[in-house]
Amino acid sequence: MPAFIARRLGLMVLTAFVLTFVVFFLTNLPPNLEKLARSEGSVRMSDEAVASWIVQNGHGGSVFSRYGQWLGVVPGWTATDDKGVARGRCFAAGSDPAAAPRFCGVLQGDWGHSTFFKKPVLPALAGMLGATGWLMLWVMIVMVPSALVIGVVSGMREGSRTDRVLSTFSIASTATPEYVSGVILVALLASPVTGLSPLLAEWGWIEGKTLFLGAASPDNISFWSFTLPVMTIALYGIGYIARMTRASMTEVMTAQYIRTARLKGVSFAQVVLRHALRNALIAPFTVIMLQFPWLLNGVVIVETLFNYKGFGWTLVQAAGNNDINLLLGCSVVAVFVVLVTQLVSDIGYVFLNPRIRLS
Amino acid sequence: MADWDPSQPILEIDHLSISFFTRLREIPAVMDFSCTVMPGEAMGLVGESGCGKSTVALAVMRELGKTGRITGGSIRFKGRDLTTMGEEELRQIRGSEIAMIYQEPMASLNPAMKIGAQLAEVPMIHSGMGRAEAWRLARQIVADVRLPDPDRILNSYPHQLSGGQQQRIVIAMALMAKPALLILDEPTTALDVTVEAGIVDLVKDLAEKYGTSMLFISHNLGLVMDVCNRICVMYSGEAVETGNVAEVFDEMRHPYTQALFRSIPLPGADKNARPLISIPGNFPLPHERPQGCNFGPRCSYFQKGRCDAAEVPMVPVPGGDRHGTRCLRWDEIDWTAPPAARAVKEKAEIGPVVLRMEDLKKYYSVSGGAFGGGARKVVKANETLSFEAHEGETLAIVGESGCGKSTFAKVLMGLETATSGSIMLFDENVQSTPIQKRNTDTVSSVQMVFQNPFDTLNPSMTVGRQIIRALEIFKYGKTDAERQARMLELLDLVKLPRAFAERMPRQLSGGQKQRVGIARAFAGGAKVVVADEPVSALDVSVQAAVTDLLMDIQRENRTTLLFISHDLGIVRYLSDRVMVMYLGHVVEMGTTDQVFSPPYHPYTEALLSAVPIADTHVTRKRIVLEGDIPSAMNPPPGCPFQTRCRWKSQVPGGLCDREVPPVQVLEGGHQIKCHLSREVLEKMEPVIKIAAE
Repeated sequence: MPAFIARRLGLMVLTAFVLTFVVFFLTNLPPNLEKLARSEGSVRMSDEAVASWIVQNGHGGSVFSRYGQWLGVVPGWTATDDKGVARGRCFAAGSDPAAAPRFCGVLQGDWGHSTFFKKPVLPALAGMLGATGWLMLWVMIVMVPSALVIGVVSGMREGSRTDRVLSTFSIASTATPEYVSGVILVALLASPVTGLSPLLAEWGWIEGKTLFLGAASPDNISFWSFTLPVMTIALYGIGYIARMTRASMTEVMTAQYIRTARLKGVSFAQVVLRHALRNALIAPFTVIMLQFPWLLNGVVIVETLFNYKGFGWTLVQAAGNNDINLLLGCSVVAVFVVLVTQLVSDIGYVFLNPRIRLS
Repeated sequence: MADWDPSQPILEIDHLSISFFTRLREIPAVMDFSCTVMPGEAMGLVGESGCGKSTVALAVMRELGKTGRITGGSIRFKGRDLTTMGEEELRQIRGSEIAMIYQEPMASLNPAMKIGAQLAEVPMIHSGMGRAEAWRLARQIVADVRLPDPDRILNSYPHQLSGGQQQRIVIAMALMAKPALLILDEPTTALDVTVEAGIVDLVKDLAEKYGTSMLFISHNLGLVMDVCNRICVMYSGEAVETGNVAEVFDEMRHPYTQALFRSIPLPGADKNARPLISIPGNFPLPHERPQGCNFGPRCSYFQKGRCDAAEVPMVPVPGGDRHGTRCLRWDEIDWTAPPAARAVKEKAEIGPVVLRMEDLKKYYSVSGGAFGGGARKVVKANETLSFEAHEGETLAIVGESGCGKSTFAKVLMGLETATSGSIMLFDENVQSTPIQKRNTDTVSSVQMVFQNPFDTLNPSMTVGRQIIRALEIFKYGKTDAERQARMLELLDLVKLPRAFAERMPRQLSGGQKQRVGIARAFAGGAKVVVADEPVSALDVSVQAAVTDLLMDIQRENRTTLLFISHDLGIVRYLSDRVMVMYLGHVVEMGTTDQVFSPPYHPYTEALLSAVPIADTHVTRKRIVLEGDIPSAMNPPPGCPFQTRCRWKSQVPGGLCDREVPPVQVLEGGHQIKCHLSREVLEKMEPVIKIAAE
C-alpha cells in the first residue's frame, strides 16, 4: 500500500510538472507578453520600447529558464533599468537586491504578483478557493445522495414505470449544460419580471421581489442565495451519476448472487440494501470522484452567471485580463485537485471492492 | 405445515407446463411434466442442455424471471400448491423449506459480503435468530461441510476461497435452515473430478443426516447413479422416462434413454472395436418441435403415421417400481438386441516420433502484495516434462485444473516460450521460438482445437471465410478459387454440408461450431493437433460424434493428437497413451491399459475412483481426496502429491516430505513418479471392477 501511494504520488508530481509547463508556455507566448507590456506599461509604447520592457521585466531569455524561475529552481532575474533602479523577481523595485533571496518561485511559496488583484497570487487564490469550496460542498451534499437514490431506485426494477420516469429526468438533466439550466433557473425563479416570482409576489406569498436570489456571495451563504447556483451545477451531475448508478444497479440485479439471495428468502428491500447496494456503488464511486474536477469546470460558468467571487470567477478574470501569474496559479490548483481526487478514487475503489488488487 | 402427513410426497409436480413469452412468440419450455419426490428420496433429473431441467427446478422455486410463466399444472410442496402462492408466503418457504445449490459457486456468492454474513442471514430471516447465535450456527455448519478452520472461512470473502470451498459454502448456506427439499442444479459441473467426488459424498451424507429430499439436476448419468435413487430423463421439454435408477439404467424402456447410454464412453467401449454410437440429427428448437413424439425424427424405432400422429402420453411400465415411459412402442421393441451396424474400424498404425520434449520447464514470476508490492514469487507451471509422441498416435494429457496442462499446450504452440528444456518437432528445435517468429510450415503443422467452440469463432465472419482466412495464413494455394475448393473439401472432411460455408457462426449448434474449429485446425494439413478439452462443452450425444470425427480424420491424415482432458471416460475410450499430470509434474505415463489398471500412481488411483460411471455393473473403490490442490505458487516440499496421498505412510523415513520422487520405469515402459516400492505398487488393487454380465 505505501509503495503504491508513493508511486502514484511520484506520477502525480511528474504530471503536475508537465501540465504547468504547458500552461506556462502557452501563457508566455510572445503576443501575450506584448499585450502584458502594453497594459502594464503604456498602450502607446513603440515596438522597441515593448521589447525592452519585456526584457527589463524578466520576460526575456528562454522559456525554460523563465519556467525554472517561476518554479524556484533557477535564480530569479535581476535587471537595472535606464534610470539605474535595480529590479528583480525576488524583491520590490528600489529595495536592496543583496537582502533578497536568490530563488523565489512556487516551491518557495512565492506564486508571483497578480496584476488583476494588485496583490500576491497565493493569498488571493486561497480566499477564492475557500469561497468555491463552500459552493462545491453544497453541490456534493445535494448531488451525490440524490443521484445515488435516483440511480438505485430506477435500476432496481429495470423497465418499470418508476425507472422510465427517473431515467427520462436524468437524461434530460445531464443533456442540459450549465449555461442553459442556469439561465432557465434564473429566468424562472429569480427574475422580478418573468417566471414564478412576479406571480408569487402578486399573491403575497413572498416578501421580496424574487423567490430566490439571482446573485450569491461567499459572505452571505443562505438557502435563498445558494439554491440556484448549487442546483445549476448539481443538476448536470445528478443526471450523469444517476445514469451510471442505474447501469451498474441493473447489472448487479441480474447477477446470480442476487438470485441466490432472493431464493434464500431475503425480502426485496433487503436484497437491494444488503446485497446489491455495495456492489452497485463500486462503478459510480469512480464517476463521483471524477466529478470533482468536473465541478471546477462547472463553477467557471456558474460563478460568472451568479457573480459569485470564487475560483471560477477568478479564472475568468485572470484569462480576460491577461494575468499570467494568476492563470498559472489557477492551473496549479486545478492540476492538484484532479490528481488528488484520482488518487483518492483509486484507493477507495480497493476498499469498496474486496476482489481488486492494484498492481 | 402441521396438516402434512410425512407418508405423502414432499414434492408433487403434476402436468406442469411452463412457457417463456418473447415479443415474437410463446416458447414452451416444459410440457406436461410430472414427477413425485417422497421424503428422503433423491430424484435425478437428467437430459441435455435445453431440455428444460433447470426450468423445472426454477419453477419449483417460482423464479422464472419476467418472461417465464407457469401455463398449466400444479407444483405441490407438502400438499400446498406453490403455483398459486403469494410473494410473502413464497419468501417464507424459500431458503427455509426449499433451498437451492447452484452450478457456479463463485457467481452465486455475493462478492462484497463476508461468508459469515451471507450464511448467518438465513436463520436471521427465517427464525428470527440473533446475530451472534446465527454466526455460531454458521460456524457449526461450516464445520459440518468439512471445511478446515471455520473461523477464518467465516471472515473471508468468496474470492479468497477455492472453487470447491465455495461450493461447500453454497451447500452450507442451503443447509442453514435445515430444509425439507434441496434442489441441486448441476452442483459439480464447474469443479474438478476429485473435488466433485468430495462434494457428492458430502451431499449424500448430509441429506441422510438431516433427512432432506433432493432434486438433483445433472447431465452426467454416472453422477446421478451415485447420488439418486430415482431418475427422470428429460428430452425437449418432456419427461420421457422415469423410474428407479437401477431399473432405468438396466431396463430402459425409451429409445432416447437407450441412445444416450450408447453414446457415452463406458468401460469396455473402444474406438476401434466398439465405437460409440451418436444420436443422429439435432436437438429440436423449442418452437420447431415435431408433431407427435419429440424424439421421433432421431429415433431408430420411428414408425411413420403412428409416432407422429398425436402427442404421446406417459404410460406406466407394468411390473416396474413407478417406472413410466413416453413411448408408444415400448412393448414392441426388443430392448436386449445389440445395436445395429456398429462400424468396426481398423486400428491405426503408430509411426515414428514426431514430437519430443525433454526436461521442459516453464516458470512464471508473479508479484504478491495487494498493491503490487511484496516479494515476487515463482509459479512452476511445468516441471521437467519429458515425453515423445508418435505419428498417428493419440496421447491424452490428464489432470485437474492448475496441473499445468494448458501451460504445456501454450508452450508447444509457441504462445509462451519455455524456461528451459527442448521441444523437438520433426527434428527442429522450437522451444524458444515464439509463434510470431515460427515459419508458416511450423505454424500450420502444429494446430489447436479449443475447448469452447462458442468463443473461438469470429461472430461476424461466415464459416467459409474463416476457413479461407486460415488457408491464406498458411499460404495454401495460389488463387482464391483454389482456396475456395480446399475450404469445401475441409467442410466435407468434418462432415458439414457445403452450404454451411455461407452461414454465420450464430446459426450453428455447438457441435457444428466445433466441427468448424476442427476444419480450421486441419486446414494447413496439421501434423500435430492439440485438442484442449474439445468436447467438454458439448452435450453427450454430440460428444460421441465429434470424438469419432476427430478419430476418423486422425486415421486418414496420420495426425498426432494431443488430447487434453479431465474426462477419463473419453480418455480411456480414444487414447493410445496417457500422461497424468499433477502440479506441473508428470506423475504417471504409459499406454491406456497400463494407466487404467494397477499399479497406479496414488493420484491416478484417486482420479479413477472419483469419476462416476453410469453402469450398474461397475463397482468402484471410493477414495476421496482430502483438501484442495495446493497452489502452484506455494507447492509442498518433496513429492507434490504428498499432502493428499493416502499411501504416504507406506513410504519409510518421511521421504515424501523431503524429496521429489524419481521416475520408476516398470515393465512395458510404464512410468510412475512415486517413492512407493515395487512390492507395494504390485499389491495395488484395481479401482474399477466390472461385474460379470
